[in-house]
Amino acid sequence: MNGTRQAIVGARLLDPASGLDAVGTLLIEDGRIADFGPRLFADGVPSGIEVHDAAGLALAPGLIDMHAFLGEPGREHKETLVTAGEAAAAGGVTTIVATPNTDPVIDDVALVEFVQRRADETCPVRVRQMAALTRGLKGQEMTEIGLLRAAGAVAFTDGDRAVAEARLMRRALAYASTFDAILVQVPEEPSLARDGVMNEGEMSMRLGLSGIPAMAETIMVERDLRLVELTGGRLHFSHVSTATAVAALGAARARGLRVSAGAAPHSFALNETAIGEYRTYCKVSPPLRAEADRLALVAGIADGTIDVISSGHRPQDQESKRLPFAQASFGIIGLQTMLPLALELHHNGSVPLLRLLACMTSRPAGLLGLEAGRLLVGRPADLVLIDLDRPWIISEREFRSKTKNSPFDGRPVQGRVMRTLVGGQIAYDRKRDG
Amino acid sequence: MTAVPASHFQHRHLLGIEGLSPSEITLLLDHAEACVEQNRRVDKKQSLLRGLTQINLFFEDSTRTRTSFELAGKRLGADVINMSVSTSAVKKGETLIDTAMTLNAMRPDVLVVRHGASGAVQLLAQKVDCAVINAGDGAHEHPTQALLDALTIRRRLGRLGGLVVAICGDILHSRVARSNICLLNAMGAQVRLIAPPTLIPSFVERLGVEVHHDMRRGLKDADIVMMLRLQLERMQGAFVPSTREYFHFYGLDYDKLSVAKPDALIMHPGPMNRGIEIDSEVADDIHRSVIREQVEMGVAVRMAVLEILTGRLRNDRGSE
Repeated sequence: MNGTRQAIVGARLLDPASGLDAVGTLLIEDGRIADFGPRLFADGVPSGIEVHDAAGLALAPGLIDMHAFLGEPGREHKETLVTAGEAAAAGGVTTIVATPNTDPVIDDVALVEFVQRRADETCPVRVRQMAALTRGLKGQEMTEIGLLRAAGAVAFTDGDRAVAEARLMRRALAYASTFDAILVQVPEEPSLARDGVMNEGEMSMRLGLSGIPAMAETIMVERDLRLVELTGGRLHFSHVSTATAVAALGAARARGLRVSAGAAPHSFALNETAIGEYRTYCKVSPPLRAEADRLALVAGIADGTIDVISSGHRPQDQESKRLPFAQASFGIIGLQTMLPLALELHHNGSVPLLRLLACMTSRPAGLLGLEAGRLLVGRPADLVLIDLDRPWIISEREFRSKTKNSPFDGRPVQGRVMRTLVGGQIAYDRKRDG
Repeated sequence: MTAVPASHFQHRHLLGIEGLSPSEITLLLDHAEACVEQNRRVDKKQSLLRGLTQINLFFEDSTRTRTSFELAGKRLGADVINMSVSTSAVKKGETLIDTAMTLNAMRPDVLVVRHGASGAVQLLAQKVDCAVINAGDGAHEHPTQALLDALTIRRRLGRLGGLVVAICGDILHSRVARSNICLLNAMGAQVRLIAPPTLIPSFVERLGVEVHHDMRRGLKDADIVMMLRLQLERMQGAFVPSTREYFHFYGLDYDKLSVAKPDALIMHPGPMNRGIEIDSEVADDIHRSVIREQVEMGVAVRMAVLEILTGRLRNDRGSE
């Protein structure tokens, strides 16, 4: 829409970074935010500007999903950049941060550039790539962190698995600090979690399933916190799921460490009892935990110990899920349901709205240094219009992802994405969606 | 003959002991009692299940459980077919659900299933129209084993309520232990578990059992000593340091047994590792060991389960 000017009028403007929460107008020019505020065009929109009435809707920066598996390259039967992008757009997500655990693994400059090019060509939302922290995700040798960062990798992670070896993790943290690169760790001590398929607790004992103890997460968090202290590196824990890990993070913050952490919507929307009688759609990593853990996550989001909400989007086909629980694959899709599940915490009074949105906008943008996640003049118009109070029921039929592995089908929620704009262009429109 | 009518059994399948009421357990045991008598006659065959097809679908090898189910079905007049899947379809990549659907299309009336993964039998039961009996799923449940153990105890001691039952051995990996804990708790027995901490599942005390790591304390005044099998591959350092050390502290011998009640019964679901979890002499003690009786009760209990589930089946289909 080069050359066009459009005004979104009468929306509740929400900008978590500045604390703005007021009804007003936002002007988009050439795909960028040209102006916004409660008094903008208070006396009427001048002619020549396309007017969109958004009365009753909230207008927020488009969401950033800091941890999603997008299938390309190599797992196109589970997800593609097109299907993931459509799901993201329908979920109000305008920037997806992709994990590198594809096939081949994104551990080389050429691969980062390849995915970026594919995404620019095919994906309806923006994609930013995380690169592997170790070659082939083998946990043995560092990748070319400096060169990969220069090629556009926004963070470094071994995807689904933690870097097990403490010495390598220490060196990676130290080395990456030269480039101010952020490492993203899945905090799970692999040998303690090995063979585990769900949270270790009364439920796993009753079901006769091997457990993943909460300590597997806490031990890895505490180890890495010490390594951050030692090296001065920057570290983000992709998803924490336990009360003890949240407590460890809180203590580290108090010591002034540069660490951050995310939580996945399913981790604070469900607890382990959702598994019921071997429901494989609830087999996720980190596993659904006990109710006390779930409550600790909610408290952690409310008090800022947890910085980020990210979907942990992990598409799995039917064949990987229609199996006995122990043999089924881990994973849940989440791009499209992240916002309504997060908004449950707003509607039930647990977390203030702006703080909640910050976890999916300004905070991940700040951690990764993205030009997104804020309402700022001159920034690309990546925006989402939300009917915050509208009740609806999550339905599998609406999922745009290639696979449907979500336990949330049929869940009543509140707050619906009405329109998603990427660079001022409509990436999703609820009206057209029918 | 029975206090509770068979129609009071509320389940289409027998997937586990968890979820059965005490009166349903009693019902099954009472029916099994009658089957014991029948099995001791020269002419053992009945025609209750004539015309019905029973498929024994075993994804894990087990000669004795399969044979027991086969005999039970045949003595009731069913057509029984054995399928050992570990050697056929699964290796060709057929999934559990495919196998279930294929068998379902052959219109069996009862499927007896054993599988190495917890919950697999339940998953299969969702996909078929016939009655499903769990013959052991992973570390989850083995309901007919718990029923046969209960029948053995009840016939010897006349009751289950109030008895002290010590279950000893690899509780962590044992579906037999889980089913027995459920059943004995439901019937008012007091259950103690005895094993080194590495072979006790975390949170097991939530089931309302006492946990002991010292065998003598655990066996004190026990009415029943139930030994579990310990897989040899778990004895070489991963869970316990050696078979020698295990037998020293947790193997059942007369010395350790002396603290139990003088007439305490010794049970084992088989197959036994003599000299590892149980001393040969103890296992063969005709006054105390009821291990062979358990095998006999196994057939009776499986007949009772078949009878009650197929009775429901006939009622549901309105053909009786």
